[in-house]
Amino acid sequence: MTGASRTSIAQHAITPAIYLALLIVWEGSVRYFNLPAWVLPAPSAIAITSKEWAPELLFNSFVTLRETLVGFLIALVLSLPLAVVIAFTTTTRRIIYPILLGLQSVPKVALAPLVILWLGIGNWPKIVIVVLVCFFPILVNVVAGLESVPKNMLDLMRSLRAPESVVFRRLRIPIALPHLFTGCKIAITFAVIGAVIGEFVAAQEGLGYLILISTAQSQTPLAFAAILLLTLISVMLFYVVELLEKRLVTWTP
Amino acid sequence: MSLGDLSVGQAAAQPNRAGSAVELSGITKVFGSGNEAVHALGPLDLAVEAGSFVSVVGPSGCGKSTLLRLIAGLDSPSEGRMLRYGAILDGPSRDVGIVFQDHVLFPWATILENVMLPADVFSLPKAAARGRALRLLEMTGLKDFASHKPHMLSGGMKQRAAFCRALLADPQMLLLDEPFGALDALTREELSLELSRLWQDLGRTALLITHDIEEAILLGDRIIVMSKRPGRIRLDIPIDLPRPRDVNTAKLPRFVEIKQLARGLIFTPEQD
Ligand SMILES: Nc1ncnc2c1ncn2[C@@H]1O[C@H](COP(=O)(O)OP(=O)(O)OP(=O)(O)O)[C@@H](O)[C@H]1O
Ligand SMILES: [Mg+2]
Repeated sequence: MTGASRTSIAQHAITPAIYLALLIVWEGSVRYFNLPAWVLPAPSAIAITSKEWAPELLFNSFVTLRETLVGFLIALVLSLPLAVVIAFTTTTRRIIYPILLGLQSVPKVALAPLVILWLGIGNWPKIVIVVLVCFFPILVNVVAGLESVPKNMLDLMRSLRAPESVVFRRLRIPIALPHLFTGCKIAITFAVIGAVIGEFVAAQEGLGYLILISTAQSQTPLAFAAILLLTLISVMLFYVVELLEKRLVTWTP
Repeated sequence: MSLGDLSVGQAAAQPNRAGSAVELSGITKVFGSGNEAVHALGPLDLAVEAGSFVSVVGPSGCGKSTLLRLIAGLDSPSEGRMLRYGAILDGPSRDVGIVFQDHVLFPWATILENVMLPADVFSLPKAAARGRALRLLEMTGLKDFASHKPHMLSGGMKQRAAFCRALLADPQMLLLDEPFGALDALTREELSLELSRLWQDLGRTALLITHDIEEAILLGDRIIVMSKRPGRIRLDIPIDLPRPRDVNTAKLPRFVEIKQLARGLIFTPEQD
């Protein structure tokens, strides 16, 4: 084995090794200090509980994932046309931007009870909260992207007397694409948080709901399992967006 | 290989050798206002005869690119009047091909897609435009890079690609802002002689900005030497050297004479 490949294996192994070490320290300290499971469960206890509750955990993960994705996609569909309108008409920008900024400044947790008051306790209030949370980062980044076209490229298009539709297709979209993905990466992690906020306030299902009832009943290992699944969903969604970005944005600005 | 036999889908415009392609009178350009105002150019009068090749040389920052942008219709002058083929010049024209000083290629598109941009914007027939693009790329030694992205090309190669793009739609007038600036001496000479031949074959009008006096003389019908900023015309003389020109043209006594004259003007301060 050469030195180079040995270091690369070491580099790949270092992250799992550290995680494993942390798990062992966690397990060890819980056992050594004899901590009760309702305060801090050992990893082994979490694993056992997860296995016991696997069907419930899977179902509630699915619920949360569905709310997150539907909300995210609705936010995407709404923010793209609005971003175009804002980028191109100064009046709309002057009217809409302050409203959006105000809306963005309101903590979504504060809005959640209202949304539920208006929409009842189905899936929709949670989805609406996800939309509210995702909408702004996507919008702001796409507007910035549409506006960040370098002047010399605009001059080139102008010298060809290109109609704005062509400038949009050939120039603004490619320029805005990396910005869109920046917005999406922020939004997708917010989306999971939004879904959990909604589930905390009023829900009969979802990982947030599961966390709420399991902690209320001192089923801390189950709460931990749900939190781990939430983290997993969040990280996985982030990487899916990043993968799409790598596929679609093949150039560096 | 020559480009003379190239044709695009559109009817090739007839060479227009009569009258002025561009006529500027009393042009000045001032950027900004108040304390920060920069008087970049003029006052200046200039008429470029249709079908002629005009070379412009001058010190850095004297307003050459500014002049080119005015003629391109991308900027408007602070004062003065501009005509293009007798009509008021108040915006860009599709009959004008431009090579910008900073090549300006789209980093997300391949070289071929970049070169074909005008065809796409003008909705020219795809196949014919593609054929012409490939021939232009071959002529400029970029054939193997047609499907590469710009970031994989050297500075000189990017400039050559921008040159191909400017020629793609066979424009009546070519505005070239130091198109060969980043090229080595040999490629530069080869490309500029190719440009010279092309221009002679097609009878297009060309305005070339360069910092290379020899290149200016070798290519031009006429050389214009500009003063320091604000750029005005210090010398405007015809280059009465025989065509077609080649590497040996530079050895002619008349060539050397014009070169000395221009060089002298660039490197001595004005006294008036
Ligand atoms: N958009 C602008 N705003 C303000 N000043 C400008 C602008 N464009 C050019 N200038 C100024 O005008 C002057 C002439 O610039 P220009 O680019 O035309 O010079 P140039 O002769 O092309 O120089 P070089 O040979 O270095 O390319 C410079 O002093 C420059 O600072
Ligand atoms: Mg310049």
